[in-house]
Amino acid sequence: MMDEKESDMVTIYVMGKRYRVPGSLTIMKAMEYAGHQFRRGCGCRGGFCGSCATIYRTKGSYKLQGALACQKIVEDGMYIAQIPFSPAEKRIYDLDELRPEAGTFLEYYPEIARCLSCNTCTKACPQDIMVMDYVQAALRGDIEEAAKLSFDCIGCGLCAVRCPAEIVPYNIAQLARRLYARYVVGPTEQVLKRVEEVEEGKFDEEIDELKGLDRETLQERYETREKRL
Amino acid sequence: MFTGKIALKKRINYDTEVIEMSLERSGLPLRFKPDNASFKAKVEELSGENLDLCFQCGACSSGCPMTDEMDLLPSKVIRYVQLGMEEVLESKTIWVCSTCFNCQVRCPRGIDIANVMEALRQLRLRKKYDHVSLDALKPEELRELPQIALISNLRKLTA
Amino acid sequence: MKFPYYPGCTLKTTAKNFEASALASAGALGIELVELPRWNCCGTVHSLAKDDLMHYLAPIRNLIRVEEMKEERLVEEKRVVTLCAMCYNTLKRANAVVREDAEKMEKVREIMEKETPYGGKAEVVHLLEVLRDLGWSKVADRVERPLEGLRVAPYYGCLLLRPRGFGIDDVDNPQVMEQLMKALGAEVIDIPFKTRCCGTYHTVHMKEVAAELAHRILDQAVEAGADMVVLSCPLCEYNLAGRQDVIRRLFRDFDSMPVVYFTQLMALAFGLDKATGFEQNDPDPRPVLRERGLLREEL
Repeated sequence: MMDEKESDMVTIYVMGKRYRVPGSLTIMKAMEYAGHQFRRGCGCRGGFCGSCATIYRTKGSYKLQGALACQKIVEDGMYIAQIPFSPAEKRIYDLDELRPEAGTFLEYYPEIARCLSCNTCTKACPQDIMVMDYVQAALRGDIEEAAKLSFDCIGCGLCAVRCPAEIVPYNIAQLARRLYARYVVGPTEQVLKRVEEVEEGKFDEEIDELKGLDRETLQERYETREKRL
Repeated sequence: MFTGKIALKKRINYDTEVIEMSLERSGLPLRFKPDNASFKAKVEELSGENLDLCFQCGACSSGCPMTDEMDLLPSKVIRYVQLGMEEVLESKTIWVCSTCFNCQVRCPRGIDIANVMEALRQLRLRKKYDHVSLDALKPEELRELPQIALISNLRKLTA
Repeated sequence: MKFPYYPGCTLKTTAKNFEASALASAGALGIELVELPRWNCCGTVHSLAKDDLMHYLAPIRNLIRVEEMKEERLVEEKRVVTLCAMCYNTLKRANAVVREDAEKMEKVREIMEKETPYGGKAEVVHLLEVLRDLGWSKVADRVERPLEGLRVAPYYGCLLLRPRGFGIDDVDNPQVMEQLMKALGAEVIDIPFKTRCCGTYHTVHMKEVAAELAHRILDQAVEAGADMVVLSCPLCEYNLAGRQDVIRRLFRDFDSMPVVYFTQLMALAFGLDKATGFEQNDPDPRPVLRERGLLREEL
């Protein structure tokens, strides 16, 4: 155990049970410090995978807040509960057969018409995304806006759990980004060109050479390559 | 459901302090108990309308464009609420109303009957009841309906 | 004159012709319609339950945008112009409720938290009201090609006129669209059912019922010899025009009747042929316009 000063400790409540933890830890680390072992609701620990969606309240405030356990530092009087999974049906669609318009969203996610513009989703988002705005953009067929606004979404599910109209915003966002990339932006020239080059065998010689090297040389090559960058 | 003519016989029982009414046709005794009063009060509060004003002139019913699809006329719905009869919540009428406000414009006593219809719908919707389902719609229909149609439909008829 | 302008969801999709023709024809009269930044769906239809607050958030949020626009001097007016009749009604009624009920206003502000609190200053108007204020003679002055010989039947529907107190004109016999059409040089056909409900949202789950209501209205226009019906609501347009195949299926005697938005006729009369948007209308109004000699052939 580390040498902690009592003054550095805070009180948190994990699913109702009280713990004293160092105040500099993230929720995830604090829960592990308290003895919890993560089997669900834990992933990259880097704020990118969206597994560790957490809701909490702090003592004295009625506000229900959302956060990522691996990113958020604990506060004194925090009441924590985890939401490792939010039920959200992703509808089946074939991207090749879709059209980039509002009707596509209404066809696969008609509940989007129930949006109340209450902004609860935006308030719940740990990534500070303007969720209500991108849902509204999708509703009026503005695919580009919906795709751009939702870019940082990691699919943690906090918006879906709290939406009173029972919409799953991140499913809408995913469809919007797919439509945007496929139909609005179109195929990326560089990627297609590179694929063509690979198929023509432009890199075959180089790859064969690398395959023939021994481990030490490979390591050296790799390290010097990094430095050149 | 009560349709057709109902002859109402009213008698006040001073011992029990209950107004006893009987329906001639069906012979069903109606007792206006505190429960009935609370239903009427609830509807009045939710709709913001004073239903005692209605004297059953029928102007609302005659101006309503949806009466062909209704089982109870709008003026009858008001009567049911005046009598505190909760069965009105089972009627088809409240779901068929298109909130066109023709009734509100025509009412000589200034009652907004559309508000009453909404209050009755809300009393059912707030108990986790959806009157329409998105499952009933085919994908092509969803794709082609203007958003305004779906938005207003779901807003009025789902929880 | 620079007005804040609220489009509504449908004007960006199935009713693009309504928006395009409106922006062009209003612009030609010196009425610049500046779209609200970051607007959201108005959440039609106005919620009638007296304890409801949730359903006020959507319209009030848009009114906050109007106030912000005025603050930032992007517009000169605090009156926001709407084109869609349903959006008009929803925004106007929500505005009225929170302005009259201070407690509700307070609660709405509280729930919205991160938003600028709504000051209650915005007003909601419909483009027809703005045109009427401008004066019909000014509208007539701008006409390059009077719509002579074109017989139009104005159709108002419900939410432009009702409930009492929220309409843009007299409830029983409105004349504002008729006056506009006359200023454009068209011949006006007055149909008794011009204020009767089109079936509205029942078109989703009870489309035959909505079709019947629409048929009664269209039938009057046909009987009276109208060339087309002119209106101001994308849902009415869908019920009267988009559902004509359902109407034909149920009523064998019905053939066809073009339906256009009032701004499309304005654009046509002002000579703004590129902005009329008739390609999006189904049934196509262009054959009858061609017959009346009102269409420039380069189109």
